[in-house]
Amino acid sequence: MKEEQPLGGRLFTPTFLFCLLFFIIALFLLAKRFMYGLGAVTNMSDGYPWGLWIAFDVVVGTAFGCGGYAMALLIYVFNKGEYHPLIRPALMTSLFGYSLAGLAVFIDVGRYWQMYNIFLPWYINPNSVLLEVALCIGAYVVVLWIEFTPAFLQKMGADSAKKSLEKIMFIFIALGILLPTMHQSSLGTMMVVAGSKLSPLWWTPWLPLLFLISCIFMGFAIVIFEASATSTRYKIADESHMLSKLSGIFPWMIGIYLLVRFADVAVRGHLGLAFKGDLMGNMFLLENLLLLVPMCILFMPASRNNARVLFFSAISIILAGTLYRFNCYLIGFNPGGGWTYFPAAGEILITVGIVSLEIMAFLWFVKRLPIYHRA
Amino acid sequence: MEIKRRDFLKTVAGGAALALAQPAMALAREKARLPDAVGILYDATLCIGCKACMVGCRKANNLPVEMTGSQNLWDNPMDLSAKTFNIIKKYKNGTGQFKDREINGFSFIKRHCMHCVDAACVSACPATAMTKDAKTGIVSYNKDACIGCRYCQVACPFNIPKFEWDNPFPKITKCQLCDHLLAKGQLPGCCNACPTGASLFGPVAALLEDAKRRQKMQPGKYYDFSVASTTSGRTQYQPAARYVPRIYGESEVGGTQVLMLAGVPFSNLGLPDLPSTSYVAMAENIQHTLYKGMILPVVAFGGLAFLVKRSGKKKEMDLPAESGPDIKPD
Repeated sequence: MKEEQPLGGRLFTPTFLFCLLFFIIALFLLAKRFMYGLGAVTNMSDGYPWGLWIAFDVVVGTAFGCGGYAMALLIYVFNKGEYHPLIRPALMTSLFGYSLAGLAVFIDVGRYWQMYNIFLPWYINPNSVLLEVALCIGAYVVVLWIEFTPAFLQKMGADSAKKSLEKIMFIFIALGILLPTMHQSSLGTMMVVAGSKLSPLWWTPWLPLLFLISCIFMGFAIVIFEASATSTRYKIADESHMLSKLSGIFPWMIGIYLLVRFADVAVRGHLGLAFKGDLMGNMFLLENLLLLVPMCILFMPASRNNARVLFFSAISIILAGTLYRFNCYLIGFNPGGGWTYFPAAGEILITVGIVSLEIMAFLWFVKRLPIYHRA
Repeated sequence: MEIKRRDFLKTVAGGAALALAQPAMALAREKARLPDAVGILYDATLCIGCKACMVGCRKANNLPVEMTGSQNLWDNPMDLSAKTFNIIKKYKNGTGQFKDREINGFSFIKRHCMHCVDAACVSACPATAMTKDAKTGIVSYNKDACIGCRYCQVACPFNIPKFEWDNPFPKITKCQLCDHLLAKGQLPGCCNACPTGASLFGPVAALLEDAKRRQKMQPGKYYDFSVASTTSGRTQYQPAARYVPRIYGESEVGGTQVLMLAGVPFSNLGLPDLPSTSYVAMAENIQHTLYKGMILPVVAFGGLAFLVKRSGKKKEMDLPAESGPDIKPD
C-alpha cells in the first residue's frame, strides 16, 4: 500500500527567501494600514469601496481554492474513486486559498476589532448575502483544516487518532462539498445588488449559477496546473494519465457555461456592448475567448493527452475565471460620478506578500508533510 | 433506505434548476411605504443655491468644515464625503442663463440619503448596522454593529454611505434625517435652514400629495409653497416653474422617502435612472428561494453525507490500496 510522503529537501531555497522578502515588505505596509487607515495604502474610495483585496484575494483566491471542492464533487458525488490520489494536493491548495482569503478579509475590513459581530445572533442579518458568504467561508476554512488533519496525524505517527478521525470524516467531506456550493454561488449573488452600477455584460440574476460553474472548472484547472507544475520540479508519481482523463470534463462544462453566459446577455439585449471596442467590451470578449479556445482544443482527445497543451489550456481556463471575477467586481463596476480605481502600489504589494506567504506555506507543506505520492 | 445515486442526482439537479429559474422570473418582493414614514421633498425649482442647508446640516450633525483646493478659506466640499452628509450641486448648459431649463439653463440639485423604502444597505449589511426605523422609515447606522466591510457602499444605488478612509478606526457616515433632532421635536438641519422651502420636511404621504399638486401647476402662475415643514404654517407665494413630469423617488428602486422635483431631466442632475423594482429585492429573492428555512441545504447535506459514506465503503471493498491504482514511477 502506497501512502503519501513528504518530498523532503532543503526548505530555504532561493524561491523561499525571495517570497520571504516580499512577505516582510507586506508586513511593513500592513503596519501602515493599521496605523493610518485604509486610505494610507490603498486607492479604494467611496465610489470603489472594494478593490484588489476583495476582488483578487477573496473572490479569485477562493476560486483558486476550489480544487478540493471540484475533486470531492467528482470523487464522491459522481463516484469517480480513481481520482483519489489527486485529492490531497488539491485540498492543500484549497486550505491555503481559503485561509488567506480569510486573512485578506481581516485586513480589508475597516472595523476588524468587532468582526465577531457577524457571529452574534443579535447582530446578524439573515437577509444579507454577505453574511451567508462570510459564515460559509468561515465554516469551510474550519472544515478544510479538519479534512487536512490526517496529513498532520500521519506525520506525527498518531495512527489511532487518524483512524478515529477518518471514521467521521464523511461528515466533513459532505460539508466540504455543500459549503462551497453555497458560498461560491453567493459570491455571484453578492453583485446582483450592485444593479445599475455593474455593466449589463456582467449583471444578471444568473450570476450565482455562473459563479458556481466557473469555480468548478477553475478548481479542476488548478488541480491540473498544480499537478503538472509540481511533477516537473519534484519527483512525484506520474499522474498524467489521470489529468488527461480529468480534462475530458472541460469541453462539456465550459460549453454549458458559455451557452448560459451568451444566451443570458443576448436575451437581455446587451450583446452589442461586447463589440463597442471599449475596455468593458474587450474584457468581455477576452474573458470568453480564454475559455472558448481551450474548450475547442480539449475537445480533441489527442490534445488532452499532450501534457504541454493540457498545461497551457489549464492556465487559460484559470485566467478566464480570474478575469470573469475581476470583471464582475471591478472592471465592469462603475459607480458613476467620475470615480475611477486602479490599485495602489501598497495594495498590490500586500497582495503579493499574501501570495508569497501562500507559496512559502506550500513549500513547507510538500517538503515536510505527506502530501504527494513519491515516485 | 435504497436511494439510487442516479435518482438522487436527478432530484438535486432538478431542484437546483427550479430554484435557479426563480430569480429569472423576478418575483417581486413588494415592500410598501410605511404609513407614518417621514421624508424630504426637494424642489430644485425653488432652490436658490444658497447652501444654507449645508451649513444647517453641519451644525445639526456637529460636522467640521471641509475645505478643498489650495486656499483653504471656506467650506467647499466637492462631493458627499465622510464629513459632508448633504450637498448642493449645480447643472449648467450652454450660456446657463435660464433657471430650470435644460438648454442654455441651469439647475441646482441636493444630494443626501434618499431613505429608500426597500433600502439596499439595510439588506446588504451582514451585521445589522444599517437599520430602517419601523415607524419613521429613517435609515440609520450603528457603529457598534458595523464591521466596516463596506458592502452598504457597493449596494447603495445612490452612493450615499461614506467611509472614513483616513481613520485607523473608521466608521460609515451618512444622513440620518436628523433623527436626533426629530426626537426633540425639531426639524432636520437642512429643512430648518432652507429659506425658500426647497427642502421641505414632512410625512411622506403629505409630501407626495404636495409633489403631485405641484406637477399640475400652471407655469408662471402664483401658488403657495410650504417652507421648512408641511405643518410649519409658513408659506411662500411665488410663480410655479415648468416641472419635468416626474417625481423622482416615487417609484425608483421601489420608492424613496426623499422625493425630488426639477425643471431639468433628472439624468442631467446626476441622478441614476433606476427601475421600479429594487435590485436588493432580486438578490433577496434568490437567497430566500435557495435558503428558505435552510431546507434545501439540509437535504443536500443529507444526500451528500450518504453518497460520501457509501463511496467510502465501496472503496474499502473494491480497491486494494487506499491511494487508488498503482502508479508507475517517473
